[in-house]
Parts: sequence; C-alpha cells; structure tokens
Amino acid sequence: MEKIFQLPFEKPIYDLEAQLADLEAKSVSQFGVSDEVRRMRRELDNMKRKIYGNLTAWQTITVARHPNRPQTSDYIELVCDEFVELHGDKAFGDDRAIVTGFAKIGDYKVMLVGHQKGKTLKERNERLFGCAHPEGYRKAIAKMQLAAKYRVPIICLIDTPGAYPGIGAEERGQSQMIANNLLEMSLLETPIVCCVIGEGGSGGALGIGVGDRICMLQFAYYSVISPEGCSGILWKDGDGSKEKAAEALKLTSNHLSRLGIVDNVVEEPLGGAHRDHRSTAANLKAQLLRYLRELASQSGEQLVQNRYEKFRSMGVFEEGDPADVLANASA
Amino acid sequence: MVMGTGQRRTKRGVPEGLWMSCPDCKATLYTKDVEQAQNVCPQCGHHFYISARRRLDSLLDQGSLEEWFTDVRPKDPLEFVDRKAYKDRLRAEQKKTDLNDAIVCGRGFIRGRPLAVCVTDSAFSMGSMGSVVGEMLVRSIERAIDLSLPIVIVSASGGGARMQEGILSLMQMAKVSAALGRLSRAGGLYISVLTNPTMGGVAASFASLGDICLAEPRALIGFAGPRTIWATVRIELPKGFQTSEFLLEHGFVDRIVSRHDMRGEISRIFDYCGK
Ligand SMILES: [Zn+2]
Repeated sequence: MEKIFQLPFEKPIYDLEAQLADLEAKSVSQFGVSDEVRRMRRELDNMKRKIYGNLTAWQTITVARHPNRPQTSDYIELVCDEFVELHGDKAFGDDRAIVTGFAKIGDYKVMLVGHQKGKTLKERNERLFGCAHPEGYRKAIAKMQLAAKYRVPIICLIDTPGAYPGIGAEERGQSQMIANNLLEMSLLETPIVCCVIGEGGSGGALGIGVGDRICMLQFAYYSVISPEGCSGILWKDGDGSKEKAAEALKLTSNHLSRLGIVDNVVEEPLGGAHRDHRSTAANLKAQLLRYLRELASQSGEQLVQNRYEKFRSMGVFEEGDPADVLANASA
Repeated sequence: MVMGTGQRRTKRGVPEGLWMSCPDCKATLYTKDVEQAQNVCPQCGHHFYISARRRLDSLLDQGSLEEWFTDVRPKDPLEFVDRKAYKDRLRAEQKKTDLNDAIVCGRGFIRGRPLAVCVTDSAFSMGSMGSVVGEMLVRSIERAIDLSLPIVIVSASGGGARMQEGILSLMQMAKVSAALGRLSRAGGLYISVLTNPTMGGVAASFASLGDICLAEPRALIGFAGPRTIWATVRIELPKGFQTSEFLLEHGFVDRIVSRHDMRGEISRIFDYCGK
C-alpha cells in the first residue's frame, strides 16, 4: 500500500516493512524467494499479530479513527452490487453525514443506512466527519420506515464520533430526532442489522443502532461518551486522562461482547482494516449475509417482540432484600 | 453523556440555613418561604431544585403515592474507577439523597385520577440514567400498560446517560424508548415533564417522547452541553439558548407550566386524553 497515515505504535511494523521491501527488491534478480525474505515475512506477521493482539483501549480508538479506515462508501463499493442513494428528509435538508439508499448484497435487497465521515478534507467538511444533524436522523428513519413497508431488511453501518453539537442541531431538535429514531426503530417490522464499523459515538451512533443483531468490527469502539469527554468531566483535566477513560469505559469489541451488547465481532485483517479494505469488506459481508439469512424466517411481529426483549434485558442491577443479596453473594 | 452546566443555575439545591439568595432576581429570601412555595422564588418565580420525593408530594393527591420497585439497586458492572470508585460514589450519593438511585416510581392520584409516575432526582449523580433508572422506567411503563394508566415522567437529569455504567447506560435509552413505543401502540398516554436540567441521553430518549411535553420555566434542556457546543462552534451561544422557552419557540415543547400549576395542567390533559 502507498504511504498511509501511521499510528505511533505501528512504527515498528512500517520499519520492518521498509526493510523487507528493500530485501525483496534486491532478491528480485535471484531465483525464487530467499530464506531471509521468508524469515522476515514471518517476523512481520508475528509482529503485527503481537502489536494488534495487545492494543490498549486508547490505541483501539486511534485505529477506529484511522483516516484510511474503510468507510460506508467503501463498503457500498466492496459489499454491495448496486446502490441507489435516496437523499430526502422531506423537511429541512440533505444531511451528508448520513447516507441512505437501496442496495443489493448477495441475493438480498436491503435499505442501507450509514454514517459517512468523508475521505478528503473537502468531503469531511461537507459531511462534518460523520456528525449528523436532526435532519440526518429524520432521513434515516424515513427510509427505514419505507423499507419496513415492503419488508426490505435494513442494514445500519455506524461510524460517528457523535451527533453534531451545534446551535442549529439544538434548534432543530437533535434530542427529539434521536429519541424518535429509538422509538420508531423498535417498532419496524423488518429485519434490522447494525454494525459499528469505526466509531460508535454515543447517542449519535445509537440513533441508527436499534437492531435485531448488533455486531462490530474488531477494532471499532462503541461508547456512551468519548474518552476525551469522559476525561474532562470525571477526571476534570481536559483530555489529559483520555487513556484512563478509554480503559474504564470498556468500549472495545472484547468488552462489549462480554457485556452481551454485541452479538458478534467481525475480525479485521492482520494489522487492522485500514491495511486491507477488501478482506475487511469480505468479512463484513459474510457476517451481514449470515444475519439476513437468520432473520429471514421471522415474522414482522416476532422480530419486534424479540428486538424488544433483546434491549429489555440490557442493564445490570440488583434486587431484593439487601441481606438476601449479601447471603447469596457469599453462598 | 453530557453534564448540565446551567450557567445561571449552579446551585444544586436550596441551601441550608435561614436565608438564601435567588440567583435570578438576587433577592434575599427566607428559606422557609421558598420551601413553602415548592422551592419557587416568591419574588421572580425562579424554580429551584426540588427532590424527587418532595416533587411527588406536591404533584400527587396527599398521601396517594404507592411506591414501586423500591428494592432495585445499582451495581458496578464495569468496576469503574475514575478519581473515585463508582462503588464509593454510589454509596455517597445514596447517603446524601436517601435514594437507591436517581429515580422514584409509583402509582398515585391527581385530583382523584390514578396514574403511574416516575421522577428523576438531579441530586443523585446528576440525575443520570444507568441500569436502575432505565429498568425502573421500563417496569413502570409496562405496568402502566397492564393497568391502563396514563404515565407522567418528570425529568431532572443533567447527567444524561451515566458514564460509569458505560454502554449499558447508552442502551437504556433504546430500552426505555422501546417501552414507550409499546405504550403508544397500546393507546396509553404519556406526559413528559421537563425540568432543570434535562440533557444528553435523557433528553435524547424518554424526556422528548411525551404525547405532551410540558416544561418548567427557564429549565436548561438540550442534547449537547453548552460547553461542548461552544468548544465545537466557537461562537457565542444565543441568549436563552437551550431553555424551556427556546424549545417552545422551536416547537419541541407544548406548554411551559410553573410548578404551582403542574397538577392542574396535568389533570386538565387527563380530561381530554383520559379513558
Ligand atoms: Zn428570584
């Protein structure tokens, strides 16, 4: 891959890759691949496995925010055979931070809804880095309701730092629109599959995140608040404790599947999704198709009932006489 | 998720002591007078903090509250530690407020009519919603459906979704909203009462989903905290931004109702929407 943005902890990988490239160039003239090249390739794989197998929560955040990480538009290209974008929220304007439209995935016709951060600076400014306004959430739910009318399954790709915090967003009812989406998504009589592909930033993520199945990419994160925001509020030191906050929030795919919030973790290629869009997309596609197949036989009513119970069971608390609880705990 | 940072309302409660001053009109007030006026400034109508239990007293017919789910208590699923352990924070908040968590639910009567009622208390962890608040709201909503009762939920939650329970708090937003979806399908009436402050994940879920949304005057209500917004847009926020009046003007609140009139207003809505 050509020169890409390097994360600090990836430096040894890039250094070794450069060495390997040199060695390969030198050995081109010789017959086959030298033992030395083979050894170094193995070493590189091991290094990637080791580094990526031991990421801290904060490092995971930086992978999830990697500028070369595949976005909704990449998955549209690599996963879908067709995409018919639908722009209208029928009330205020087209929010470019959320993309919606009909798509074909394998044998399935679906409604695809996804945050889009943008790739160039110009696109990022237009799409506000995937931070949607109320009109984005309105557009999303309108298209989902359209899909439900014809029992077209819905796929939501989540990738946002959060809903946009701005004056216009508040004036136009950011809270109201996210709340509406949570309620309405819970009632849609069609399969809904959600995947956090990068950043799962709080209410802005959940606003398109109420589904029958929820998965996330291995190095994506999903959190009630950004580590920086949490650091500022609880540690009161700006973003000085973002690493500690990231750890404390248990926002990685490992923790979230252990907490029962995420049904499956979609594996990323060695060295992270940004290194290999194609195989990331293939893994995602396989997972989405599995879900679509699983959900196909459920009636609309069943789906709504099961979805309700899925979210109904989320939460950890204790109940009963405190003395009994203590007795049970020590038993 | 977001901390309420009511610039004009930094006082969490009515200060103890004989005399107090009003942050709005600066009058020096006799504390007893304020308490007798449901913690509303007799001079200018500023609405001070009122505890969930006292609010229920002022809202419901005298002695009519039958409290629900009184033995549901928070745990520490993430073993969260910031500068202080969540476990210790919880114990301190419980001691301070005499509540298990930031909510009180139950059945009561307003002018002889039964209703389910839930009130969050901003003195407990900024009134934030974690697993207990979410669970107790859902159970109350489900019971309201079973008993065909209207439900009133009063929000005083500057803390939004509770950070220390991480993703579980975020999911409470979906869980409670889904329960309200059921209530709506079942034809049940939900009146949301927004009070100071109602922010973040609470504003972006149940607080905004009332069939009717009432707000106390000059409450801070919004999605993102003013400081977060300022840090993003770097321009001065408009006067009265994210107040009840601002929401009314932009079409997200139905009526602004003073604490003194709340009982009467709710009862009148029951007249129109009751069964
Ligand atoms: Zn006053």
